[in-house]
Amino acid sequence: MNSSVIVFPGSNCDRDIAVALEKMQFKNKMVWHKDTTLPKSDLIVIPGGFSYGDYLRSGAIAGKSLIVSEIIKAANSGCLILGICNGFQILTETGLLKGTLLRNKNLKFINKDVNIKVMNNETKFTSKYNLNQILKINIAHNEGNYFTKKSHLEELKKEGLIAFKYCDEKGAVNDRSNPNGALENIAGIFNAKKNILGMMPHPERMVDEMISNTDGVNLFSSLINK
Amino acid sequence: MTITNKIIEKHGLKLKEFENIKKLMKREPNLLELGIFSAMWNEHCSYKSSRIHLKKLPTKGKQVIQGPGENAGVIDIGDNDAIVFKIESHNHPSYIEPYQGAATGVGGILRDVFTMGARPIALLNSIHFGSPSHPKTKSLLNGVVSGIGGYGNCIGIPTVAGETKFNETYNENILVNAMAVGHAKKDKIFYSKAKGINKSVVYVGSKTGRDGIHGASMASAEFDENSEDKKPTVQVGDPFTEKLLLEACLELMKDESIIAIQDMGAAGLTSSSVEMASKGSLGIELNLEKVPCREENMTPYEMMLSESQERMLIILEDGKEEHARKIFNKWDLDFVVIGKTTNTKNLTLKFNNKLVGEIQIDALATKAPLYKRKWVRKKIKKSKLDIKKIRNVNFEEALIKVLSSPNHSNKSWVTNQYDQMVMGDTVQRSGADAAIVRIHNKDKAIAVTVDSSANYCKSQPKIGGKQIVCENWRNLISVGAKPLAITNCLNFGNPENEEVMGEFAECLEGIKEACEFLNYPVVSGNVSFYNGTNKKNIFPTPVIGGVGIINKLSSPINHKFKKDKSLLLLIGKTFGHIEQSCFLKENFSIIDGSPPEINFFNEKNNGEAVLNLITLGLTNSVHDVSNGGLIVALCEMAMSSNYGIKIQKPKKVRNPIEYFFGEDQGRFIVEINEDDLIKVEKVLQKNNIYYELIGITQKKYFEIEGLMKSDINDLFKINSQWYNQY
Repeated sequence: MNSSVIVFPGSNCDRDIAVALEKMQFKNKMVWHKDTTLPKSDLIVIPGGFSYGDYLRSGAIAGKSLIVSEIIKAANSGCLILGICNGFQILTETGLLKGTLLRNKNLKFINKDVNIKVMNNETKFTSKYNLNQILKINIAHNEGNYFTKKSHLEELKKEGLIAFKYCDEKGAVNDRSNPNGALENIAGIFNAKKNILGMMPHPERMVDEMISNTDGVNLFSSLINK
Repeated sequence: MTITNKIIEKHGLKLKEFENIKKLMKREPNLLELGIFSAMWNEHCSYKSSRIHLKKLPTKGKQVIQGPGENAGVIDIGDNDAIVFKIESHNHPSYIEPYQGAATGVGGILRDVFTMGARPIALLNSIHFGSPSHPKTKSLLNGVVSGIGGYGNCIGIPTVAGETKFNETYNENILVNAMAVGHAKKDKIFYSKAKGINKSVVYVGSKTGRDGIHGASMASAEFDENSEDKKPTVQVGDPFTEKLLLEACLELMKDESIIAIQDMGAAGLTSSSVEMASKGSLGIELNLEKVPCREENMTPYEMMLSESQERMLIILEDGKEEHARKIFNKWDLDFVVIGKTTNTKNLTLKFNNKLVGEIQIDALATKAPLYKRKWVRKKIKKSKLDIKKIRNVNFEEALIKVLSSPNHSNKSWVTNQYDQMVMGDTVQRSGADAAIVRIHNKDKAIAVTVDSSANYCKSQPKIGGKQIVCENWRNLISVGAKPLAITNCLNFGNPENEEVMGEFAECLEGIKEACEFLNYPVVSGNVSFYNGTNKKNIFPTPVIGGVGIINKLSSPINHKFKKDKSLLLLIGKTFGHIEQSCFLKENFSIIDGSPPEINFFNEKNNGEAVLNLITLGLTNSVHDVSNGGLIVALCEMAMSSNYGIKIQKPKKVRNPIEYFFGEDQGRFIVEINEDDLIKVEKVLQKNNIYYELIGITQKKYFEIEGLMKSDINDLFKINSQWYNQY
């Protein structure tokens, strides 16, 4: 499978995701934000970081950059798109995903391992996970507090578009297991066609036992065996 | 404009120094030239009070590629890999504007490291605040922590270790020391020595603004009640631009375009150009109208003294300008040839083709003042400690007082605000004796840690100096690393005060002796004097940053208990040294007596034996015993692991309080499998190591026979409350 990682000025998890993709046998290319064409890709990843320094609003400037119109075209033709952390923020700014990411409830940057629960395993991103499986994944963000309007929340629930929810180690989804104040503990969502996933936690940080754990591996193996 | 005494004083220069300047120039300087002298001759840039003492430190060794004098130190870790690292203070700016002060401290030290061709792979910090009850402490803590995180998180370099301490000595003068560690190829290190004449001098990075003018001079003066007025001299950081600058510089460094490169740190354009020219015994000519400016009508004086961040000065090989320009344009950064090297040995400054200043490089650099300041040895005060009284406390309550105190509380409130995982190579995060960072794509790693002991240094500076080096060395050993070299950040009060200068000289004697004994050379560092307000000096606070190597990263070791029914060995002898201990401070508010003595031989022997045990795979967990003594070390191992302990009541000891809370040095706790005991004892006995089998690990309870039995979850709760309630 061919993957492309989009590099914006200020992206800083671009190398990390490339390492993870290559480890999982993707043929990966790095794509500079000023490029106007995308290499042939089955998967496009928008990595974490602080694109354009988070100036104006996280993801706002990257959402208007040259390569984005190509990403939108690819998305509409069914290409798989994964936005992690700042990548999720950028996807909401481009309109490919609905809703927005507000400042964390405690108004602080949060870096820690949190538990998330797989809410739908019948997608190309999550098929290798069990339904309701609890994963321990690292988060690192200032603005991860997901919010959307009521009608969209209803749609997310009805259509199985919530990918992951924050929970505790036993799977309980509540205020105490919500690190950033996200609406209904939402940690990641799909678009209606389920070919786009945006998530705040960093699966690429969880592919190496020496560093953390391997709870992120099945996300990539789901994709490669789709 | 004539230079009046008032102008001289405002530039932080002494009248005597001004006379010296006139002698060196053979005329009176103009205002621009005076400004440049003040920037180069202040304590921060010239090290005029510290140089004669710093010279005594050991800086050489087989592992050293570059010692002090460059942007950062460089050590060899084999396979053509080098580690580049340095620590630096940003104390004064952080007190005035905590967020930006701390952020630009991180930005500045990162530039020192990537200037040398290294990709930064880890950040550390040592931050010291006043008493938690002081009205400013809370906002300073919040500002500094978010500033450090704000910069490191954005640029995408993990902040992996550090220390956060409180002591009323810092009420009016906090300490913010930042350390950066980078990885480079040994044959691709870049230096700041200019070579060749008529070479292009290039300005890259951010535009120059009016921020930070005279920042270095501010850092070289004591605070007074008007210090808040100095806010405009604090620089503003832009980690986004620094990320671009980092990537652009590393891209340009892939080939042979650069002759010399220097970041514009303290004293900006002035110090960067003077240092490059001075090292190469050349002159440098700058056309200041070409300097990219952020604000209108900036004068040559402002341009030369601005400390705007995220800027570099590069001397390029002939014909490489267009190639380099393309790279910087790709990253949307300014790239302007602003001058050239000359053979005049002068700093020549032109503005719109008019000569506006000319100074001999030597006068600014090698001929800067050198002071042999008077100093006195510390008078050792006799301890007034009433030992009987302190033995009467309730053991468990005494432990709880220590565990719930600000200095010993769990620091995840701080460290959760730092991205520790970005770059994907953090093997051991904050909270351990040292952090471990893997060398990318390799099976080896470095261990890094920072340490300080202000109370010890205050009571007996020489022992304190020895102790921090030893503790730092011990911390690296505890994660299975072979310690290689250190960087130091020397935070002291006013050097014109004989007692302060004495503390400095004695601390350095201690550091020197320890470094020599342990073959642990100093490869970089920074001196920060004038920490104090209105004649009240801070406690002497040298901070040591150490780097060690783990050659084979098979199973990294840390301080967390791994299972129950393991045996616990205490390596090193316990005398029960309770003076200057956390126990006394937290229970009786007593800071009295001498720090624990350092026995270099035992320190080295014990450490090497423990490292040997780790390398042989005979340990499950290892922790050094330091602040808080044996009991706090055991608690830390238990609270981080969910396993408790069962310890026999010590037999041959004077008193359990002194046994468990004493801070004797050179000690480690190791957790081993019962089956390995014979093998372990063999190693220890062969090396004549003193050790005691003190007990075992067990589930759920932290138990010391006849003294206490607590659920470890309760201890964890006690230890985790303070920051969240503050």
